[in-house]
Amino acid sequence: MTTAVTPRPPATTRKAPARAPRTARRWRWQRAATPVALVALWEISSRTGVLPEEKLSPPSQVLRTGWRLAADGTLATHLLDSLTRAGAGLAIGAGLALVLGSVAGLLRIGDDLVDPPVQMARMLPHLALVPLLIIWVGIGEELKITLVSLGVFFPMYFNLYAGIRDIDERLVEAARTCGLGALARIRHVILPGALPSLFLGLRLATGAAWLSLVVGETVATQSGIGFLMMEAREFSQTDVVLVGLFVYALLGLLSDLVLRIAERRALTWRRGLRAT
Amino acid sequence: MATRPAGDVVTATAVRRAFGETAVLDGVDLTIGAGEVVALLGGSGSGKTTLLRILAGLDPDATGDWRVRGSLAVVFQEHRLLPWKRVSDNVALGVAGPDVRRRTAAALAEVGLAGRERAWPAELSGGQSQRVAVARALVREPDLLLLDEPFGSLDALTRLRMQALFGRLRAEHGFAALLVTHDVEEALLLADRTLVLDGGRIVDDAPVPLAHPRAPDDPGFGTLRRHLLDRLGVPAAA
Ligand SMILES: Nc1ncnc2c1ncn2[C@@H]1O[C@H](COP(=O)(O)OP(=O)(O)O)[C@@H](O)[C@H]1O
Ligand SMILES: [Mg+2]
Repeated sequence: MTTAVTPRPPATTRKAPARAPRTARRWRWQRAATPVALVALWEISSRTGVLPEEKLSPPSQVLRTGWRLAADGTLATHLLDSLTRAGAGLAIGAGLALVLGSVAGLLRIGDDLVDPPVQMARMLPHLALVPLLIIWVGIGEELKITLVSLGVFFPMYFNLYAGIRDIDERLVEAARTCGLGALARIRHVILPGALPSLFLGLRLATGAAWLSLVVGETVATQSGIGFLMMEAREFSQTDVVLVGLFVYALLGLLSDLVLRIAERRALTWRRGLRAT
Repeated sequence: MATRPAGDVVTATAVRRAFGETAVLDGVDLTIGAGEVVALLGGSGSGKTTLLRILAGLDPDATGDWRVRGSLAVVFQEHRLLPWKRVSDNVALGVAGPDVRRRTAAALAEVGLAGRERAWPAELSGGQSQRVAVARALVREPDLLLLDEPFGSLDALTRLRMQALFGRLRAEHGFAALLVTHDVEEALLLADRTLVLDGGRIVDDAPVPLAHPRAPDDPGFGTLRRHLLDRLGVPAAA
């Protein structure tokens, strides 16, 4: 971490935020134009029969189906199952990454023993492990949760490891001269110093969690958003498939938003860094 | 003012430190008495920081005998404040006791930063940050203060203010100090004794027999300055 010795940025940066809002608002308008036009084009093409219903339902139909599935509780049931899988996988993957990342980042022996195998395993695309995982853990819940855990583990591990490694050794030294023991140094220097990377890791990990879930839920599932989509595919219900797609997208968006807010709260000191 | 131990706060003999083949410190002997301010001068790369880190207990690979009696605090060349802690929490880092808040506030007031407790380090100027680092050292009420070119990175005006501040704090608290500097004038303004480090040894040890407060145009200042510059290998102006 070099933030400790970074000199104050020049005063000109202070002016930038004042000008930003107006330009930002205009840009948002301009940037919304193409998506709106595309959706309109899609609707018109469907209604005029250019886009056949069995290939792609019109947006209005997707909205109606979404509303119906939400109203009769189908969506909630499947969503809950998907969320449970994601939550369990996230907890296991993140827990493992926290333990192994800390051991590798903090202890030399841990670095020697843990890091090489993890670095090697990183080269395997974890989604390609599905056939092997099916042999190992079957096609049930374990498969989905294992996939999510694997997807979560790697970004969490690498960012935590890098975050701990990047901490300015001089700050650790200063803490030592202030009489802080090893545990206090971890609490006051290493943990807060690694927190920005940890958040980055968590955001990448949730992205990976949703992706793993999408893949996992296409394999022999009786519930979940993925199941809803696969079932609809068999009956060429493109509207349901699209609803599932949007739910996945929304989940990704929402989780990222929540993490961004948590990050902003936890890292107030960085805002000070940017504002001055 | 806390009661100070009598006798020397630092005794070091035959301190050696080598990086690879080169011995940076090659038998350094050093004593610092209670309440004594000693300036350590030397060219760039002469091993001043190395010696200070050894005394601070930050260098496990040095050999020789050294001992620091009483409590110790360090002010580094860079402020080394934790960017994720507010100013008051940085000052209070590792300080225990019931009245930490009051002591923290008092230390900040002493360095002229009263009321800045809630500021983030990133909101401070270089001089202010360095003053927080001084407050962080002061709040520990150390018997020995180790300072590694503490004002070296500050602009000339701020440096003068910090030197005056150091003089006041020293008069008030009576700590002993090892002040590493490459600035001959700063050494003569603040120290009771000056040491020159060269070739891995202390090659000059001279008292500064001037009354406080001192100014560079005091009688006797010039002679001492000339002497130190000679020992540092700076030729007299033609
Ligand atoms: N960690 C280190 N590894 C290798 N060489 C070092 C290290 N620290 C200091 N040195 C070398 O030791 C010499 C003295 O350094 P230092 O004590 O920082 O000098 P000063 O503070 O007097 O400018 C320099 O030549 C420097 O390159
Ligand atoms: Mg140095």
